[in-house]
Amino acid sequence: MDNTKIKMARQFIEAIPHAQALSMRLDELEEGVAQISMPYDEKLVGDPETGVIHGGAVSVLMDTCGGAAVMSHPGAGAGTATIDLRIDYMRPATPGQRISARAECYHMTRSVAFVRAVATDEDTARPVASASGAFTVERLPGKKP
Amino acid sequence: MSRPRPEPMQVVKQRRDAALAALVHGVPYINFLGIEFDRRGDELTAILPYDDKLIGNPMLPALHGGVTSAFLEVTAIIGLSWAIMWDKMESGALDPISLGPENLPRLPKTIDFTVDFLRSGLPRDAYARARVNRSGRRYASVHVEGWQDQRDRLFAQATGHFLMPENGG
Repeated sequence: MDNTKIKMARQFIEAIPHAQALSMRLDELEEGVAQISMPYDEKLVGDPETGVIHGGAVSVLMDTCGGAAVMSHPGAGAGTATIDLRIDYMRPATPGQRISARAECYHMTRSVAFVRAVATDEDTARPVASASGAFTVERLPGKKP
Repeated sequence: MSRPRPEPMQVVKQRRDAALAALVHGVPYINFLGIEFDRRGDELTAILPYDDKLIGNPMLPALHGGVTSAFLEVTAIIGLSWAIMWDKMESGALDPISLGPENLPRLPKTIDFTVDFLRSGLPRDAYARARVNRSGRRYASVHVEGWQDQRDRLFAQATGHFLMPENGG
């Protein structure tokens, strides 16, 4: 396993300003799989009546986690960017609970990385949201595929 | 039979702006991202003023893809709610002056949301407009376009499906 790649990906993810603004924590990073979580925060509420977190905050978590999964993949280059991302919202996240996303880069070509992700709160048996997306594969300069 | 005199323009404007402000600023996450809405008649333009905390790639730098996605989703939800509210306000069924944090209309719930990232988000203000393509009793389909400096050079677009609030919000 290429530890320097994982280390670099970890450093990059932990330096993302918006991930810091949401107090995201990188819980797991291995080849092509990432797990990132964030605490419940009142500033992220999308429905003031119920206190449920806004879907947009969940999509930030999903996108960050998807990008992390791509960067940790052995076939990936330096960075990545999202080409498209679809999110299905299955149920409202329970207010007060930490939200955790797990993304897997399940296929990678020379230019495109395909990713699936699932988000849960503390009730891990019932997902809050699922996502699928395509990400770019950035080639390292001077490295021919 | 003479038509009733139209209301003074200022009264109408004030009522509409108050309704929009109540809708938008009642949502903590919208305030966290700093999104504002500009109204021209019933047309809304969402504005995401640039802030360092919105960056997702500090090397480029570029806006976080998730922020772009969230911005477009907020634009879609507010655009859809506003369309529902507008009809109610105009028919007199809803008195926008009475709207406060305690009695805001119920917001539509996102079923799914798909974003195309067409260009990287530059570290500057972003704008978005939503178009309600279909609004039924239970479901709605909304398309959103996001741009930065040039209106016809979109940096992202999205389509989402929404569950309408019960009793129409």
